[in-house]
This record gives sequence, structure tokens and C-alpha cells, in this order.
Amino acid sequence: MPRTKKAARPAAARRIRLLIATRKGLWTLTSDLARNAWKLAGPHFLGHTVHHVIGDPRDGKTLLAAARTGHLGPTVFRSLDNGKTWKEAAKPPAFTEGGGRVVDHTFWLTPGHASESGTWYAGTSPQGLFRSVDGGATWEGVAGFNQHPKRKAWCGGDQDGTPDGPKLHSILVDPRDPKHLYVGMSSGGVFESTDAGGDWRPLNQGVRADFQPDPNAEYGHDPHCVRLAAGHPDRLYQQNHCGIFRIDRPNDRWQEIGDTMPKAVGYVGFPMVVHPRDPDTLWVFPMDGTSVWPRTSPGGRPAVYRSRDGGRSWKRQDQGLPKAQAWWTVKRQAMTADTRDPAGLYLGTTSGEIWGSRDEGRTFRCLARHLPQIYAVEAG
Amino acid sequence: MRIPTPLQSYTGAADINVAVPVLAPELPPTLGGVLAALDGAYPGIRFRMIDEQGHVRPHIKLFIDQALTRDIRAPIPTGATVMIVAALSGG
Repeated sequence: MPRTKKAARPAAARRIRLLIATRKGLWTLTSDLARNAWKLAGPHFLGHTVHHVIGDPRDGKTLLAAARTGHLGPTVFRSLDNGKTWKEAAKPPAFTEGGGRVVDHTFWLTPGHASESGTWYAGTSPQGLFRSVDGGATWEGVAGFNQHPKRKAWCGGDQDGTPDGPKLHSILVDPRDPKHLYVGMSSGGVFESTDAGGDWRPLNQGVRADFQPDPNAEYGHDPHCVRLAAGHPDRLYQQNHCGIFRIDRPNDRWQEIGDTMPKAVGYVGFPMVVHPRDPDTLWVFPMDGTSVWPRTSPGGRPAVYRSRDGGRSWKRQDQGLPKAQAWWTVKRQAMTADTRDPAGLYLGTTSGEIWGSRDEGRTFRCLARHLPQIYAVEAG
Repeated sequence: MRIPTPLQSYTGAADINVAVPVLAPELPPTLGGVLAALDGAYPGIRFRMIDEQGHVRPHIKLFIDQALTRDIRAPIPTGATVMIVAALSGG
């Protein structure tokens, strides 16, 4: 397939650090050069609900963490020295005073375009989009989204949506154009802006919304995780509540690719990971979406499913993972890959374990256990 | 003021004094004014307790001496103690 943007080069042999955001704080897990021995460190922010922590690839030293506690309101912590010290944002994401809306938590953080050092995006629950141009110190709402006249129609009410609150997630910046953005919303669907967030339009054709009176509605969908294909930013993949989909722009219509998953496993899941160099390779982690939606590994037998042909076919990868009675799942931000060759693949589970593969999912082993429920894992 | 443990990372102490300007004897400072002064001394602390719409967050309780209030317009008598309680149950 054509590639319009050079994919990430394989990282030279170097240590990998996983940033592990949990319901009770932040931990890090750092490898040796062979990715064989791993050392757990932490906690930072013990007792905070940490929804996401991610590093800035543009400077290699800034980390942002989205956190709150049960008592206290949401905030963002910043580190300018790779996590040695942290300082709270002077102005965390918050909706406009007088507008009636309240940020419950910041859910998703995305570094901005490579040409815009210091720019970051944040997605919140309920659905809001925020931008910082000073490295995460102060945040302003993206008015073109938060005050869009159709926002409420797109998203529903702030009390609607997923059990942990409706979320804006999967903020994607086109590596060719800093003004070209995508976001995913649960609920709401996928939306696109070509003017740096000034205006937005739904991008949900071809995606089913089986839970709506009109399953082919223009918006109101439930994408769980949306990713840009590495090296080919005209391709996006999405793990949705109702299937797995791919789109190749400039087409406006998603193509279902989850219908080739084994029927006994199904196409429901939260996370999705794309290969760091091959736009045809991706992984999903299925969960049980039958009957009352247990949201566990199907049958208590966790597995990753990998496609190497853009979703036309899937291969089960479970070597090393528990064979039975493992009822955890992996949340939408808790599966990630590193950029080594072969790529490492990492899962953070709802039962507080980190599982890792250093051979692109062929074999897994447990790297850490006994952590709190894991919300997000990022590799750097 | 009495600060609960979840907020002592800001103040470094459980008991602190906050000076609030009194514009006129007939205009006593309000709870909101006290919290603004607190935030001036310890930036960021107010937003952890009070949301962007000016409402006390669900698991925060504010007492003026012995009286519980959720109204940040409540007046503060001279010399009063404002007690902040972070109340949450569950694992």
C-alpha cells in the first residue's frame, strides 16, 4: 500500500520505560537493553486516580499526568525532567465559568504536532477538548469544539454515556498538518477538524451504532479507541463498541474489519495498537460483549489478536498468557507498543498486571503484578 | 483554617491562617473570598475543592466554625475558623 509519511525508524537497542497509570497512582517499569529484565519503580501520586501519563517525543524530557482523587478535582501534573520532579499545572483543563459544565477528569493527553513544540491536547470527561501552548502549564478550551452549536447533539448530556462518564479520547494529530485533527468520543463518534479545531464534522459513515434507534446515524457512535496507521496517516483504525473498522482517506466511509474475527471471540474490545512501522499490522484485545457485557477476557482466556493485512484476517496470540480462569481485560489506553525491532507489545490489565512481548506478540510473559487497576500504559 | 490531609501537599500544614482584606465593616469577607486568598497563597488548591462553576465538589465539606455550608457566598465572621473536610468512603 502507498505510504505517504515515513514510518518511525526502529529504535536502536535501548531501555524501554513503561508509564503505568492506575486507579491508585503512577508506576514506571524500565527494561534492560534486551528487554529481558524489568525494574518497577513508584508509586508517584499514591492514592490519585491517574488516567493517563505520556511523554513528549519532541523534547524527550517532558511528561504530563492527568490525575484526580476521589475527593479532589481534576488536575494535570507536569515533569520537565523525565519524572524526577513534578509540578501541578497552573491552570488545568476546566470549562468556561458560567457555562454550567464541569470537568470530572482529564482522560486523554496527546502531544501536539512536531512543529508546535509546547502544544498539547487534552480530552476530558464529560467530552471536552483543551489545548495548551506552554507545555501543559495552562490550558484553554478549544472553543470550536466545546462551544460548537451541535456539540450537545453529538455527545448527549454530560450524565449520559459510559459507566465512568462520557469521554473525549483518541486525539490524533496528522503528522503532515498540525491543523488536521481527529477525536473519538464515547459517546459521540469520530470527528474531524481541518482548521486546528475551529470547526468539526462527524466521520462515522459505515460504522454501526447498534444501540441507537438508527444504527446508521451520522453521530452518537461509541468508538473505544482510534489510531492513525504508522507512516500512513490517511489510514485510521478504530475499535468500536460495535465492531472493528478501518478507513482510508480521503474516503469518508469506514470499512468493517472485525467481521473476520472468530465468532466465538467476537469483535468487542477497548484498546487497539498499530505497529510502529507497518500500517497493515495492528493488534486488538477482545473482551466479552455478550449478554450483559461482562467485559472480561472471553471465556477467561485472554488473547491478543493481530492482523498483518489491514484487518482482512486475524491471528490469535496467547502464548505465555494464562490459559484459563483469567477474567481481566485491558482498557482502551492500556495496550501499547514500543518502537524497537521487533516491536514490543505491552498490556496493562484491570487486575493490575503488566504483560509484555518483545517479539510482536508471539510470546508474552508477566512483567509486574499486584498493581492497582491499570488505566493506561505508554512506552517510551 | 483547618486543611484536610489530601490538601496538605499544598499548604504543608493542617492549621493555617489566611489574611482576608475587609473592605468595610458592613461587608464581611465571604467564604469565596477566603478561598481566593487561600488560592493566592497556595496556587491550585481552590480548584481541587471548587469546580469551574463555583460549586463545592461532591466530596468536600466546608464548615464555618460549626456550621456546614455549600454556599461560597456565606459571610465569615472575624476570627472564624474555616474547616475543610474531604469526605469519601469506598476502596
